[in-house]
Amino acid sequence: MKLTLGPVLYKWEPGAWRDFYFRIADEAPVDAVCIGEVVCSKRLPFFQDLLPEVMDRLGAAGKEVLLSSLAFVTLERERKQIASLARDADLLVEVNDITALTHMAGRPHTIGPYVNVYNEATLNWLVRNGTRRVCLPPELPASSVGALVKARPDVEVEVWAFGRIPLAISARCYHARLHKLTKDNCQFVCGKDPDGLAADTLDGQAFLAVNGVQTLSSSYANLIENLPDLASMGVASCRLSPQTCDMAAVSEVFRNVADGRLGPDEGRHALDLICDGVSFSNGFLKGAAGARYQTLVAAGSG
Amino acid sequence: MELICPAGTPSSLRTAVDAGADAVYCGFRNETNARNFPGLNFSPEELVEGVAYAHRHGAKVLVAINTFPRAGALELWRKAVDDAVAAGADALILCDIGLMAYTAETYPDIRLHVSVQAAAANPDAIRFYVERFNAKRVVLPRVLSVPEIAAITRATTCEVEVFVFGGLCVMAEGRCSLSSYATGLSPNMNGVCSPASHVAYEEASGTVTSRLGGFTINKFGKGEPAAYPTLCKGRFKTELSTGYIFEDPVSLDAATLLPGLRDAGVKALKIEGRQRSRAYIENVVRSFREALSALEEGRTIPAGMLLSMSEGQSNTLGAYRKTWR
Repeated sequence: MKLTLGPVLYKWEPGAWRDFYFRIADEAPVDAVCIGEVVCSKRLPFFQDLLPEVMDRLGAAGKEVLLSSLAFVTLERERKQIASLARDADLLVEVNDITALTHMAGRPHTIGPYVNVYNEATLNWLVRNGTRRVCLPPELPASSVGALVKARPDVEVEVWAFGRIPLAISARCYHARLHKLTKDNCQFVCGKDPDGLAADTLDGQAFLAVNGVQTLSSSYANLIENLPDLASMGVASCRLSPQTCDMAAVSEVFRNVADGRLGPDEGRHALDLICDGVSFSNGFLKGAAGARYQTLVAAGSG
Repeated sequence: MELICPAGTPSSLRTAVDAGADAVYCGFRNETNARNFPGLNFSPEELVEGVAYAHRHGAKVLVAINTFPRAGALELWRKAVDDAVAAGADALILCDIGLMAYTAETYPDIRLHVSVQAAAANPDAIRFYVERFNAKRVVLPRVLSVPEIAAITRATTCEVEVFVFGGLCVMAEGRCSLSSYATGLSPNMNGVCSPASHVAYEEASGTVTSRLGGFTINKFGKGEPAAYPTLCKGRFKTELSTGYIFEDPVSLDAATLLPGLRDAGVKALKIEGRQRSRAYIENVVRSFREALSALEEGRTIPAGMLLSMSEGQSNTLGAYRKTWR
């Protein structure tokens, strides 16, 4: 089982952003790292100049580096940026919106979790047009994941295995709206919430997290206990999506469970400690409500 | 501009056609379409009759097969395409790449419309569907301003259809799993959003709480009407404030923007609401037919003409106004 670190979805301070990837390069046992701005094109200028040194550092550490494209493209400048990324990138591009696919013209690329790959017909079409691997949409149940892997054993299939789940994207910025601003004059208020802004129910139950134009789950997806099943299904890679917790430690736990050095229940317990009280979910994989967590560990243990 | 009207049932199809629809859109009675609600939609036989009725009265029928086929179950979606073509549908409204490929290959002469569920929101994404699958029309997501729509129509040969009335998705459609996060059922896979099967209302000491999949979506005080708990129209609590953080319980009414949409090069106007009653369909379709006549004759279009028809009695111009963002 490979491990892929997804792109940072939040607006982190440029220095913190760079240091995060340096530490990943030095310490995290992940095979691939996706970088780039997926959520809001207004954030890209803050870390664009740091991209080359981060890519170099990750490459030197033996990580495969992928460039992730924007998940929802509406503006003229976003179109230009996507076209240039798709045409000129030296590295493999992770396509997160059909817009980027338009420019690929059959060149090899990967498909990110924001492109709707729900069935083998779509997967087959994409592979015929240059797709080399796919991170599936997080809401897919295990039955669909299994059917897709079976249909294309030649394609690397990845699942969303850790981190808040991207549930929706809009042209409206909810961070700006909460601060009584508009997207066009947002003052980058999303930067105040490096792990997302909690949006709880009126009863105070943790539910969602706002990240600019993106809405995420409050819970962190956590498929650590499902790793053995995923591996036997033929899933090639697990995606770990960066949160503010210690991602090098998270990767280590996933690596150890995938390699059988740690039991799934021990892995779950280790992640509980690293994530310090955040609730986990794996319901989507079971075809249930995504917010649920179905543990293999008997209640009361750990 | 063509007026595209919802037909949730065979009788509302006839109502919409009689009230002046240029085209109606509908779907089959299963998870192949995004309004897979109990008591709605068409059997293949009913679609044949519906198409015959519409064609006799000079209207078209567009069939929405706009969910994403389940892996290992493609046959159900392909059969929907086959049945729609056999029934004489004038166009298919699709969102899934695999299903578009099947349709374009098997029925090269059928008109293919890109569903709003495909979230094609710029000329490059639209070009993808035109070049690869010979798409003739795109239904734009409800998140673009009028100038942005005008820029899109200038940059593409594809016909552009936009929503003008009814429910307002504030998220990019086809990219939203909020419903399945709370309930396990999603628009993309099951053709439902915030499904009634997972809704509960509870009254305690004068407060009505609405829940979806066990999550509290809203609370209403005495005298406050308890709105349906559509997830993105709920009230939530953040450290900054508590309220409708995504969107107020409003409904889209772009009637006053018809001149702007016409000038923007929009080809077709879509009314949301396949789940609505025949009385609603008749009233809304007639009003928009009148508004379009007024537009053609250079008369002013009255604002708020359909206010009583809207959810929560309040309307918005949605993303057509740039400050919505």
